[in-house]
Amino acid sequence: MTTTTPGAPPVVVEHVTRRFGAVTALDDVSLRVEAGEIVGLLGPNGAGKTTLLSLLSGLRRPDGGTVRLFGGDPRDPASRTWLGTTPQETGLPETLKVREVVDFVAGHYAAPMPRAEVLARFGLEELAERQTGGLSGGQRRRLAVALSLVGRPRLVLLDEPTTGLDVEARHVLWEALRDYHRDGATVIVTSHYLEEIEALAERVVVVGGGRVLADDRIDRVLDLVALRRVTLTLPGEEAAGRSALRGLSGVQDVVDAVPAAAGTRFTLLAADADAAVRALVASGLPFHALEVRGASLEEAFLALTARGATAAATAPVPTPEVSR
Amino acid sequence: MTATTVAAGPRAALRPPLAVAWLHARYQFVETLRVPIAVLGNMLFPGLALLFFVIPQRAVADDPVAATAAVGQLAVFAVMSACLFTHGAGVAEDRALPFDGYLRTLPARPGPRLAGRVLNGLAWAYLSLVPLALIGTFLTAATLSWAQALGAVVMVVAVAVPFTLLGLAIGYSMSTKAALAVTQCTLFPLGFAGGLFLPPQMFPGWLDAISRLLPSRAARDLVVQVTTGAEAPGLAAPVLLAWTVAFAALAVWAVRRDEGRRFH
Repeated sequence: MTTTTPGAPPVVVEHVTRRFGAVTALDDVSLRVEAGEIVGLLGPNGAGKTTLLSLLSGLRRPDGGTVRLFGGDPRDPASRTWLGTTPQETGLPETLKVREVVDFVAGHYAAPMPRAEVLARFGLEELAERQTGGLSGGQRRRLAVALSLVGRPRLVLLDEPTTGLDVEARHVLWEALRDYHRDGATVIVTSHYLEEIEALAERVVVVGGGRVLADDRIDRVLDLVALRRVTLTLPGEEAAGRSALRGLSGVQDVVDAVPAAAGTRFTLLAADADAAVRALVASGLPFHALEVRGASLEEAFLALTARGATAAATAPVPTPEVSR
Repeated sequence: MTATTVAAGPRAALRPPLAVAWLHARYQFVETLRVPIAVLGNMLFPGLALLFFVIPQRAVADDPVAATAAVGQLAVFAVMSACLFTHGAGVAEDRALPFDGYLRTLPARPGPRLAGRVLNGLAWAYLSLVPLALIGTFLTAATLSWAQALGAVVMVVAVAVPFTLLGLAIGYSMSTKAALAVTQCTLFPLGFAGGLFLPPQMFPGWLDAISRLLPSRAARDLVVQVTTGAEAPGLAAPVLLAWTVAFAALAVWAVRRDEGRRFH
């Protein structure tokens, strides 16, 4: 049995690999999170986010590498006295009342947060006497996230805390989490919404294909994904236009091509729109109807992970570089 | 809001195992209680069987020894049913819920949680005897001396242990649907062939011979011995013990296999 060490960082993951049959969910992942950080774990579905959290919460063990929680093995229950996780809101015991679920979880800790405070932080006071089976999806989600704080943890792991919530409920949850972080807790939150990570995190770790693709301050990663969407029409067939456009400097990818009245209408993603337009003009291509606008976060994010995955396959340094 | 901050200072120890076991027993009990139909089905069936099959036969109901034996064998069925359903169907159901995974991230060992579950099963086993005891006392000639009553209370545990283990083996090795079906398919044949509905004296020779090797029959014979003084066959105790060991092995295998599959 390992023991937690005072002063050890909340999370140290070193060269962790985890496979499920033929699928490699995590491939040589290393991650260190210091006390008081609030880290967003961003990646598409199947990127390995949930697997990473299941290793941190002691649910699974890695095939290779080490996972440490405050210096201890998360498989050892004693290492988890400082950990708070959240159940999926679909899995709450339906017949128990809200206050009973809170008390039940609190019963696992020596010095839990008082029930009144748990309920107040998430605006659940009115619902204390209701059975969880009778709550709305949003209310259940709030309760589920509230449960992660019942043990007054120093490290909170949240897996997609606000997926499926409306805007208002989402903001209530975010505010409660920011509050708790201000009290001194370390928070790791996963999401496939960039917006959620932007609202909560100071540092963002982008995972894709089981690898860490980027790990940086949130503003830097946002820069990284600040792509522009360029739309234009070229006369002629798709194939010819596509290859000509791909070769232009600044153009990252040709994401769409549809037949239009006077040829084919192409949509490009450009890391540097200015450079792309200059190159386009210099190339002498007979384009018309040029439009430039910001890429949606989803597009940008997908481009980043796609690029990262190819970069990771060829080079040991997975952080994609974008000139700005 | 009274702001308690994040836990500070030296890390708190785990809660004592007994406290965690008691916590889980309490909340599982409440959870079961909130679905009254599950409770009623479990508690009423043995009582109804007594009411419909034994009470009308006055030759049995008015004879103190025969009546006590009849109540005793239905009591074995009640305990068996409570244990198999709580653990067989109950465990399979809980395993299917994502909440089970969440509970495993709390700072508690699996042992006390399992102990809480067993305590809950035992509580329901005792409760399922209440209707039987009431009907037996007021509508039949069944009687127990204080020593016999005390013996009966102890026997509940002796009967509950093997069937709790069998229930766990079923619950940890199957899906909810399969576990429910297997529980029922185990319960009724074991009950019938074990002489829990009809006294084994009425069995043909070949059935009686098979019956004596069943855990339900061994449990029945021992309970009847404790409550009426009628000597149980010498094999009853070893047979029950052997089944207990076998079910324990099966339960350990099922729990380990489940761990390996879901939480490797």
